[in-house]
Amino acid sequence: MFGEHGFFIIACYGVSALALGALALWIVADGRLVRRRLEELEARGVRRRSAGRADA
Amino acid sequence: MALMDFANPTRFLALSGRVLPWLTGLALATLALGFFLAFRAPEDYQQGETVRIMYIHVPFAWLAMFGYSLLAASALGILVWRHPLADVAHKAMAPIGAVFAFLCLFTGSLWGRPMWGTYWVWDARLTSMLVLLLLYLGLLALRSAIEDPNQAGRAAAVLSLVGFVNVPIVKFSVDWWNTLHQPASVFRMDGPTIHSSLLWPLMICAVGFTLLMLALHMAAMRNEIYRRRLRVLEARAAAEAAYA
Repeated sequence: MFGEHGFFIIACYGVSALALGALALWIVADGRLVRRRLEELEARGVRRRSAGRADA
Repeated sequence: MALMDFANPTRFLALSGRVLPWLTGLALATLALGFFLAFRAPEDYQQGETVRIMYIHVPFAWLAMFGYSLLAASALGILVWRHPLADVAHKAMAPIGAVFAFLCLFTGSLWGRPMWGTYWVWDARLTSMLVLLLLYLGLLALRSAIEDPNQAGRAAAVLSLVGFVNVPIVKFSVDWWNTLHQPASVFRMDGPTIHSSLLWPLMICAVGFTLLMLALHMAAMRNEIYRRRLRVLEARAAAEAAYA
C-alpha cells in the first residue's frame, strides 16, 4: 500500500490522528471534570453572585 | 446586538454551546471529504505517493502560524483592553497550537526522509518552525510557572507578542534565505503552482483542519471559563468555611 514509502505515509496519518484524538479527548475530559466540580459546589449551595440574574 | 456583546463570558458560553456541535460536525465532514479526495488524487510526478503527506503537513503548518496569530491578537486584547475573554482565548490556544506545530514538524520530517534523504536539516524554514513550537511550549511553561493568573496572563501576552516576530520569519524564510525547503507554492503573488487535481483536496483538508482547530479552541475556551468560575466558587466556599 502506497508503494515503497507506505511506512512514512501511514506513520504521518497515524500519529496525527493519535495526537489530535488525544487533544480532543483531553479537552472533553477536562471540561467534564471542571463542570462536575462546579455542580458539586452549586449543590452545596455555593453560587456566583450573578447566578440569580437572567444572564447567568 | 453588537459583536462586542458576544465578548461576554456568559453570552459566549450560550452562543458556543449552540455552535460547537455544528462546528465539530462540519469540521469532521469537511475532513472526511478532503481525505477522500486526497487519496483519490493522482501521485505527484516527483514525490510519488509521499505527496499524500502534504495534505496534512501543509494545513498543520498554516494552522500553527494561524494559531500563533490568534494568540498575538488575544495578547493585544489582554494588554490593551484587559478583556477577560481575550485571556481565556489566549490560554486555550497555546496547547492546541503546540500540537499543530509539533505535527507540522513530525509530518515534515517523515516526508523529508524519502524526499531529501534526511529527517532534519537546520535550514531557515525548519528551524523557524521549531522556534514556533518552542514558543508555544514556553507560553505553556510560563503560565504554569506563575501562580497569580492575572500576572501569568500578562507575562504570557508579552511573550506571545514578542514571539510573533517569528511568524513572518516562518512564512518568508524560504524567500529570504537559501533553504532546502521548497518555496511557497499556494499563496504566491502569481498564483498557485500546484495542479488543481492536487490543490483542491489540499484546500478542502485545510478548511477541515481550520474548522477543527476552531472547534477545539472553542471547547477549550468554554472549559477555561468554567474553570475560572470554579476558582471563584472554591474561594467563596473556603471563605464561608473560615467564617462558619
